Amino acid sequence: MSNYKALYQEVILDHNKKPRNYGTLAHASHHAVGHNPLCGDHISVTLNFDRECIDCIAFQGESCAICKASASMMTAAIKGKSRADAEILIQEFLAMATGKLNLEDANHIGRLAVFAGVCDLPTRVKCAILPWHTLHAAFHSVAIASTEAEADPMHVSNGNA
Amino acid sequence: MNSLHRAVNPRSASAFDLERIRADFPILQLQVEGKPLVYLDNAASSQMPQQVMDRLTRYQTSEHANINRAVHYLSETATTEYDAARCKLQRFINASEEREVIFTSGTTDAINLVMHGYGRRFIKPGDEIILTTLEHHSNIVPWQMLAEETGAKIRVVPINDAGELLIDEYEKLFNARTRFVGVIHVSNALGSINPVKQMIAFAHAHGVPVLVDGAQAAPHLQVDVQDLDCDFYAFSGHKLCGPTGIGVLYGKAALLEKMQPFKGGGDMILSVTFEKTTYNIIPHKFEAGTPPIAAAIGLGAAIDYLSTIGMGVIAAYEQELLNYATEQMSRMPGVRIVGTAKNKASVISFTVDGVHPHDVGTLLNQEGVAVRTGHHCAQPLMQRFKVPATSRASFAFYNSMAEVDALIAGIRSVQKVFA
Repeated sequence: MSNYKALYQEVILDHNKKPRNYGTLAHASHHAVGHNPLCGDHISVTLNFDRECIDCIAFQGESCAICKASASMMTAAIKGKSRADAEILIQEFLAMATGKLNLEDANHIGRLAVFAGVCDLPTRVKCAILPWHTLHAAFHSVAIASTEAEADPMHVSNGNA
Repeated sequence: MNSLHRAVNPRSASAFDLERIRADFPILQLQVEGKPLVYLDNAASSQMPQQVMDRLTRYQTSEHANINRAVHYLSETATTEYDAARCKLQRFINASEEREVIFTSGTTDAINLVMHGYGRRFIKPGDEIILTTLEHHSNIVPWQMLAEETGAKIRVVPINDAGELLIDEYEKLFNARTRFVGVIHVSNALGSINPVKQMIAFAHAHGVPVLVDGAQAAPHLQVDVQDLDCDFYAFSGHKLCGPTGIGVLYGKAALLEKMQPFKGGGDMILSVTFEKTTYNIIPHKFEAGTPPIAAAIGLGAAIDYLSTIGMGVIAAYEQELLNYATEQMSRMPGVRIVGTAKNKASVISFTVDGVHPHDVGTLLNQEGVAVRTGHHCAQPLMQRFKVPATSRASFAFYNSMAEVDALIAGIRSVQKVFA
């Protein structure tokens, strides 16, 4: 049986209710808007680098609890990280959400493991990974990010400020 | 169980035997997440009774061959049964002639047939097509494609906050350029039953034909195309306890004859040379290629099944389910029903304060309750209500009052999780 019931546990509900780093940075060096056309959810991610490290990061938008908590925990996890480390975490999170990461193996997932159960809910995987797609798009200055993009799964709209 | 629950059940039981009906649907015995399945996504697709499955098996076991072709036994049997299914559909919607019933792959296919067959022939640059805010994407997108191709314009009938069409506004949209009206009979997203008969009469007074999208109405109402006087009526088999991949376009014979074919191929021709093809008579002109024979015969069996119970009886019982669910849900703090039209079929769209519809759907699923969450293929309508999405419970005649209670209990548990 799936372990996705664990999805709606305290930590996710708490981040949904009191999202961390919620808002928009006024002078962001990178930003992108992610959109899930299947449900109309959208979030924006803004961030600033201080030399090599992500100094400030914020997100804002309208979304379900899974998406909002994922975004909130993402911003907390990513702050202070180098871009290279952040990229590794993005890949690990995407792998975990799609059931391709063995949590027994060495990884940087940490508290984000609360989202592991989402891989048992194919219709909700996109909710969990939208913020991560959006972050990826912000790094890469992709014009538009969406969970339903044609070629590139990281298809989110970006303002490359 | 409250007093309403008790009051409703005996009346329904006198109309039909719910337990017996439920026994006809094997899937209703399913357990989901260790709980009995409570299937409330009937507006998306209904379940199939054993009688229809048995009919499909019998067809494949002892009747299948291609139709309208060979002279052998099986081909003749399959052709006879396919034609008999058409006849059942004709009676079901009270069409005056069998040839006015065209088998399509579904409602979407039927509407596209009208767009290609009628729209592309008769709609010109500057002409206007009237649609409504309540339309499903399947009755918006084909007309947008036509408008883009021909330079026609789309005008949209607004609704009020209850989700009812503003008929005064509808009438004001008519002018000398109005060429076509497309209207949904019952809103799939809100359940509103539209006054299509009155709208058709008004359009006809202006010489304008009307297509009615009946995908959501055919399963819940007694449809009489002659009484409505609609020019086209489209619906799907899989919402009528039939198989997927089959649907119906009813069209008035005179219009169907004037239209160009939608798809070219075998069966839709009388004669073919490389110089010229003569098209077959209706309905065959619109049924190119081998049709979904088994699905059509299965739909015929589903119509038999529904007719045995009676669409009037079904409509009355579903109304009781709707009234009970509406009353229960309107008493729940933090629950908002989206779409409160006076005339509604058994569909309830709702939102739960502070909880995204997708979270509602996932958590209800954990209780075994299946509802639809999302925009219901009606994004313009969601925009009108300023919600990205809703949750939708849609009831069929095989649902019980106890299942309404399970929905209510499920919503309460959602609220508890998010408290």
